[in-house]
Amino acid sequence: MAEKSDFKIWEVFIRSKNGLSHKHVGSLHAPDADMAISNARDVYCRRSEGVSIWVVPSEQITATSPDEKEPLFTPSDDKIYRHPTFYEIPDEVGHM
Amino acid sequence: MGEEYSLEDRFQQYVEAENKVEPKDWMPEKYRQTVIRQMSQHAHSEVIGMQPEANWITRAPSLRSKLILLAKVQDEAGHGLYLYSATETLGITRDELINQLQTGKAKYSSIFNYPTVTWADMGAVGWLVDGAAIQNQVMLCRTSYGPYARAMVKICKEESFHQRQGYEIMMRLAAGTKEQKAMAQDALNRWWWPSLMMFGPSDDNSPNSAQSMKWRIKRKSNDTLRQEFVDKTVPQAEFIGLTIPDPDLKWNEERKSYDFGEMNWDEFYAVVKGNGPCNKQRIINHIKAHEEGAWVREAANAYAKKQQARKKQSAA
Repeated sequence: MAEKSDFKIWEVFIRSKNGLSHKHVGSLHAPDADMAISNARDVYCRRSEGVSIWVVPSEQITATSPDEKEPLFTPSDDKIYRHPTFYEIPDEVGHM
Repeated sequence: MGEEYSLEDRFQQYVEAENKVEPKDWMPEKYRQTVIRQMSQHAHSEVIGMQPEANWITRAPSLRSKLILLAKVQDEAGHGLYLYSATETLGITRDELINQLQTGKAKYSSIFNYPTVTWADMGAVGWLVDGAAIQNQVMLCRTSYGPYARAMVKICKEESFHQRQGYEIMMRLAAGTKEQKAMAQDALNRWWWPSLMMFGPSDDNSPNSAQSMKWRIKRKSNDTLRQEFVDKTVPQAEFIGLTIPDPDLKWNEERKSYDFGEMNWDEFYAVVKGNGPCNKQRIINHIKAHEEGAWVREAANAYAKKQQARKKQSAA
């Protein structure tokens, strides 16, 4: 008999309605992808939360490290010219 | 026994009820092909659109304007990538898409086949070309194919700076010396009509439009979008003292809209068919960049393989 400890952790993504992207809602344990889907249905969709589920093994996700936060994300902080508000357009011209 | 609906009928009812179509949903084959054609054309336009602007990066008149232009060209690359990835959700590969562009099987917006000959063209392109693109893209935020609509929302947010920086360039030139103002007017003269042509053939001559509207891929007709663009842009030109190069342009009090002249459709079709000023050059450049970049892709693959082997070794 399989032990619970053999179960992988799966990250669950749910699309609440067509037109919106799948959004991470949490994670769960399951021995394979099919069971992860049915568990996700039971755990995360008891109140019509979704129309589509994605499950991804947690170990398959590559994430940035918190230590790298600064070199990765600060370079765009001083590029204020990437924002529309950087440009002064007179009100008379209308929305642009 | 209830009424029987075909899959096509049900699909039609589904999109008419303002529901979005997602990659795994059933869809008519012709819908899939139409969305692939439109999205890939859009992606190619973003990518080819980098060329006329990159032309001025090394000659931008100040560090400020150079940084801005660089940021803008980077954005176009990003927009191309959002759109290629969204197109691939319909079961076509990136290689096939690039191949269609390079062999001329897929089109891109004809506007990018016009040359950018002065610095004022950077202003006109941002103000008019991006302005026209935004007019179309705002509508596409409500298109029926989910991944396309979501890509459009992100693109529209980012495009706003493109148009504003273009208008800022025009505003400054128009308020500058006589020569600078003349340069701005010249750019407007050359970019006005091609910008209006970006909305495509008139409604009577647009054979695919009706079906696209029916499927809610397009939400407004070419002529409607063109009119909206004219109405929005004419006052912006007036505000900085530039003249729209159209003797027939006149405010129509009854319609609360501008009447404007007929476009040169011979020119439109000539450019679409590949005989614009820069068609050949754009594709030659794209192929060259793609081929010259091959070593980067090969090196990335080799590096990934090496890393994998190393991981295996240390695990053993």
